[in-house]
Amino acid sequence: MKQSIYTIKINQHLTDQVLKMVLAGDTSAITAPGQFINIKLDGFFLRRPISVCDYDEKTITILYKIVGKGTEYLSTLPAGKTLDILTGLGNGYDTAKSGQKPLLIGGGVGVPPMYRLAKDLLAEGKKPSVILGFNTKEEAFYIEEFKALGIPVHVATADGSLGTKGFVTDVVKTMENYTYFYTCGPEPMLKALSDVTVTSGQLSFEERMGCGFGACMGCSCETKYGTKRICKDGPVLEKEEIKW
Amino acid sequence: MVNTKVTLSGLTLDNPVIPASGTFGYGYEFAELYDINILGSFSFKGTTKEPRFGNPTPRIAECPSGMINSVGLQNPGIDKVISEELPKLRKCFHKPVIANISGFSVDEYAYCCERIDKEEQVGIIEVNVSCPNVHHGGMSFGTSPEAAAEVTRAVKAVTTKPVYIKLSPNVTDIVSIAKACEDAGADGISLINTMMGMRIDLKTKRPVIANKMGGFSGKAIFPIAVRMVYQVAEAVKVPVIGMGGVSSAEDVIEMMLAGATAVQVGAANLVEPFACKNIIEDLPRVMERYGITDLNDIIGGARK
Ligand SMILES: Cc1cc2nc3c(=O)[nH]c(=O)nc-3n(C[C@H](O)[C@H](O)[C@H](O)COP(=O)(O)OP(=O)(O)OC[C@H]3O[C@@H](n4cnc5c(N)ncnc54)[C@H](O)[C@@H]3O)c2cc1C
Ligand SMILES: Cc1cc2nc3c(=O)[nH]c(=O)nc-3n(C[C@H](O)[C@H](O)[C@H](O)COP(=O)(O)O)c2cc1C
Ligand code: FES
Repeated sequence: MKQSIYTIKINQHLTDQVLKMVLAGDTSAITAPGQFINIKLDGFFLRRPISVCDYDEKTITILYKIVGKGTEYLSTLPAGKTLDILTGLGNGYDTAKSGQKPLLIGGGVGVPPMYRLAKDLLAEGKKPSVILGFNTKEEAFYIEEFKALGIPVHVATADGSLGTKGFVTDVVKTMENYTYFYTCGPEPMLKALSDVTVTSGQLSFEERMGCGFGACMGCSCETKYGTKRICKDGPVLEKEEIKW
Repeated sequence: MVNTKVTLSGLTLDNPVIPASGTFGYGYEFAELYDINILGSFSFKGTTKEPRFGNPTPRIAECPSGMINSVGLQNPGIDKVISEELPKLRKCFHKPVIANISGFSVDEYAYCCERIDKEEQVGIIEVNVSCPNVHHGGMSFGTSPEAAAEVTRAVKAVTTKPVYIKLSPNVTDIVSIAKACEDAGADGISLINTMMGMRIDLKTKRPVIANKMGGFSGKAIFPIAVRMVYQVAEAVKVPVIGMGGVSSAEDVIEMMLAGATAVQVGAANLVEPFACKNIIEDLPRVMERYGITDLNDIIGGARK
C-alpha cells in the first residue's frame, strides 16, 4: 500500500451515471488486477473504495457509478484537481490459476476490474472471453474497449435492449470448454454464478469499509478457511472457500 | 528543544501519542508504512477470552466528521493473541504496549488480565468496561459505578502491572464511575470509548449498520471527549489517557490541557494511515508555537 497525491487527467461520463477517471501519479504499489484504491474526498470522513480498471507506469484508470453523495462529488471534479489516494489495496485476481480459456464476467460496476485482468491474461498468452452484464443498453459501457482487446465479448441486458436478454448467468450456461472463471459484480450475481459455473473461479466482493487496508476489522466475512477481511485478504475470494 | 516525554504510572513514553484500540490492529499494517517505534506506545485490539467473529456486516457507516463502527470485538481470543499476535508484534514494535482487554463477566476480565499481565511486552493493561454484562441483563459494566468497581477490584487482585479502566461516554455521570474505579484500585483512567450512534439509509429505509446501532467516533466527538476528560481529570488523582476525535498535534495539546497525561488516536488512523506519525512530527513545532517547552507543564493546565 502507498499513500500519494494524484492529478485528475480525465473525468468524463461514459453513461448518464458512470464516469471514467484517469489519475496521474505513483502506480508502483499496484501488483495485481482486481486490486482497488481508496480515495479521500473533501468533506467526507471515510475514503471511497474503487477498483482499478487499468494502469500503467504513470496513470490509473477507474470507472465509477454515481450512487450517493461521495461519487456525486467525485463526478464534479475538473481535470487538474488533485486527490489523496491509497493504492495497491487488496489481494487482486490470481492469473496463475486461469488455464488457457478463462471466462471473465462483469456485472454493472463490476465490469471495470475485468479490463486489466483480460489484458494481463492476454499478455500471459491465454485466451480469455468476457461476458458483460447491464440493466439496459443506456447503462452499458466499455464494450468497445473490451472488443479492441481482440477477445470474444458477450453482452447481456436485463431488458434485452442490447445483446442477450437476461442475466450473465444465461450466457454462462451456453458457454463450453472454459477452464476457469473470474467475476465481479453485485452479490446476487456472484451467488448465481457460483451455482451455474462448472469450474473453479475467483469472485470479487464488496463491503462497507472503515480503512481499506486491514486495520479496523470493519469488513470481515466468514469463509471456509476462517475469517477474512474483504479489504486485505480479499476482495477476491475463491469459489470453494465462500460460505453463502 | 522541547520535551515531549510523559510518564504513565512509572512508564515513560517518548511522546504522549498512542493509537487507540481497534484502530491499529496489532500494528503490522502500519509497520509496513512507517517505523511504528516512533509511537509513545499503542493499544492493541480489544481481546476477549474466546475468539470472536464480531457482529454481522455492514459494520461501518459514514457520518459527518466521523464514523460509526459495530465491529463487535472481533479478535482471535487471548490464547492466540499470546501465542501468535504478540510474538509477531514484538518484531515490529520494541516498546511496552497497552493490552486492551474486554469481557462479558467479571471472571472473564480477571482471567484475561491475569494471563496478559505475564507478557513481558505489556506495559499497561487497559480494561474496556463498555461491553455488555451477560450476567446482569446486558447492561454495560461501564454504566454503573458498582459494576465498574467490581471489575477493577477483580483485575487488580490478579495483576502486577498498572491497570487503566477505559470508560464509556454513554452515561449520565462519568465522574462517579471514574471515582469508583479509582477507589477500587485503578492506576489510571482511559476515556472516552465510542458514543452510541445510528444512521439510516434513505434508499433502503433501514439502518445502515446490520446491528442497527454502533459506536460513533472521529473528529465530531472531540469536544465531548475534551469535556469528559476535563471533568474526570479534575475528580481523580490517577493519570488520565484522553481520546475521542484526536487528529492533530493541536488536539493532543488541547486534550492535555484538559487533564490528559497521554492521548490516544482512533478513527483518524483509519482514514489517514499516517495520522500518528504526522501528529508526532508536528508536535514539537506546535508546542513551540504555543510557547510550550515541556508537555508535563500543561497537563490539566485549563483548570488552573
Ligand atoms: C473493493 C471495492 C471496489 C469497488 N469498486 C468500484 C468500482 O470500480 N466502481 C464503482 O462505481 N464502485 C465501486 N465500488 C463501490 C463504491 O465504493 C461505492 O459505490 C461508493 O463508495 C459509494 O459512495 P457514495 O458516497 O457515493 O455513496 P453513499 O451511499 O453516500 O456512501 C455512504 C458510505 O457507504 C459506503 N458505500 C456505499 N456503497 C458501497 C458499496 N457498494 N460498497 C462499499 N461501500 C459502499 C461509502 O464508501 C460510504 O462510506 C467498490 C467497492 C468496493 C468495496
Ligand atoms: C473500528 C473501531 C474499533 C474499536 N475497537 C475497540 C476495542 O476493541 N476496544 C476498545 O476499548 N475500544 C475500541 N474502539 C474505540 C477506540 O479505541 C476509541 O476509544 C474511540 O474510537 C474514540 O476515539 P476516536 O474518536 O479517535 O476514534 C474502537 C473504535 C473504532 C473506530
Ligand atoms: S476496512 Fe478496515 S479492515 Fe477492512
